[in-house]
Amino acid sequence: MSEPAFTLKATGRLRRRQLVNQAMGALALAAALLAVAVLAIVVISVARRGAGSLNLDFFTQSQAQGFNPKGGGVLFAIVGTFVLVGIASLIALPLGVLTAIYISELATPRLARIGRMALDITNGIPTIVIGIFVFTVLVAAHGQSAFAGSLALSIIMLPIIARSTEEVLLLVPPAQREASLALGVSRWRTTVQVVIPSAMGGILTGTTLAIARVAGETAPLLFLTSLGVASHADANPFHPLSSLTLVIFEYSEQASPDYQSKAWAAAFILMCFVLFTSLTAKLALARYRKKLEG
Amino acid sequence: METIKTKIEVKERDRLPVIGDREAVFEARDLSVFYGDQRAIDSVNLTIYQRLITAIIGPSGCGKSTFLRTLNRMNDLVPSASISGELRYRGIDLYGPGVDAVEVRRRIGMVFQKPNPFHSSIYDNVAFGMRILGMKKDLDGRVENALRAAALWDEVKDRLKDSALGLSGGQQQRLCIARAIAVEPEVVLFDEPASALDPISTSAIEDLMHELKRDYTLVIVTHNMQQAARVADMTAFFGLEVKPDGSRYGVLVEYDETAKIFTNPSDPRTEGYVTGRFG
Repeated sequence: MSEPAFTLKATGRLRRRQLVNQAMGALALAAALLAVAVLAIVVISVARRGAGSLNLDFFTQSQAQGFNPKGGGVLFAIVGTFVLVGIASLIALPLGVLTAIYISELATPRLARIGRMALDITNGIPTIVIGIFVFTVLVAAHGQSAFAGSLALSIIMLPIIARSTEEVLLLVPPAQREASLALGVSRWRTTVQVVIPSAMGGILTGTTLAIARVAGETAPLLFLTSLGVASHADANPFHPLSSLTLVIFEYSEQASPDYQSKAWAAAFILMCFVLFTSLTAKLALARYRKKLEG
Repeated sequence: METIKTKIEVKERDRLPVIGDREAVFEARDLSVFYGDQRAIDSVNLTIYQRLITAIIGPSGCGKSTFLRTLNRMNDLVPSASISGELRYRGIDLYGPGVDAVEVRRRIGMVFQKPNPFHSSIYDNVAFGMRILGMKKDLDGRVENALRAAALWDEVKDRLKDSALGLSGGQQQRLCIARAIAVEPEVVLFDEPASALDPISTSAIEDLMHELKRDYTLVIVTHNMQQAARVADMTAFFGLEVKPDGSRYGVLVEYDETAKIFTNPSDPRTEGYVTGRFG
């Protein structure tokens, strides 16, 4: 048998194409690694600088008093963050879910399109602008309060919750709605009893993502609620309260190394809170799915 | 072509007219249904009688599902749907002023092509409608009765709290039937209830329909002629009318006792269809 007059090995242009192929694959891998590395670097550097300053006092004490004091903690800011985010969620969750129900279950296609667009635009408004808006309608007349800050945060949360809820409502099969309607159940009861429970996982995830997002907001809070330190924790939403983000903002500009290490520590616990909330949401969703599927 | 005809078994029935002195449940008079400007079915005149199984057969696109969904106003969910003519349910104009579609659907239940149990337990699936409609007395007993009536009780009585999604397709469909009859409707509409099921489950559903006939008026849409021949007392054959301008819509070609439709139809189009020649 004679040698074939051709080869099946890569030669010439094909060889070059294969090199390009490998190079681009390597580049894509590097980019993906970089994205993961950025997360790792941020988490590690914040943890290294912040974890060291953590102690029980940091969570249980508020700022010690006196000139350039040492010791104390940020309990006031932790409580403030919970009050701010808690009230914002109480406002945004029902409004967001109702908005989503209107858009996906009740509105005509044209109104639904307008509604979706409005939510997307709201989502794109710079948060500082939302802060200024709340400042003019609330703070200018009534003074700073945690409630004003919550209102700004709820405006940020609303489109996130509404859009993610609406997306999962659309995923609920029409056959589920038909099954209920065919039993002589009204539209609203069908939505509440059949559609919402099927979509609950998505609603919870959307809400948690919104919470994680606004827990890290600083800009809209700067002039709505309190900057500065407090010697005791306060949970009254009609007082100006501080928050973890405001503490990070303020302490990091101080000359005192004690304040700076507290800023890192506050950054660390805020980061942990956000990671924890996201993970909890994911786990809750997984358990919910498992229950659904039996 | 003749082989198909011989395969269709028509049950031996007594020669007395099937209808007898039964009460009319649905009376359609010149009933047309439209989606937007598009006519889906044209001028249907049809009377459906109490405690019989009435089958609606016909080729795809002839509007048989549309007709069925008009009977319990499920078509109201399609915003562009409208009707002309008249449809009476036990004497009352179903599309008359003041008639509430939700109340209509409570009295006229429906079982769908694909089993659509809720994502909850077997028990909660059956109890769902009763809870909302306020039928809360002896809920356990009612759930059991509905499951027994749907011939599912023995298979699920030990796992009522388990998810309905763990049941087989045939069991899920019987669960959907239990759910539909649990709210004590007067009529149950079946929209190709066995087309997604295997032959054994199909046969279970058909046996069940024979049982249910004692208490309910049943209307079944099916594209399976053997099934219509097996279960139905009366059969309506819908055909497809194609106009020179290209528009197409369904018309009622023939409506008679099932035995007559399958052995001695009056209309050549019916004969063509039931013998396997599309007419």
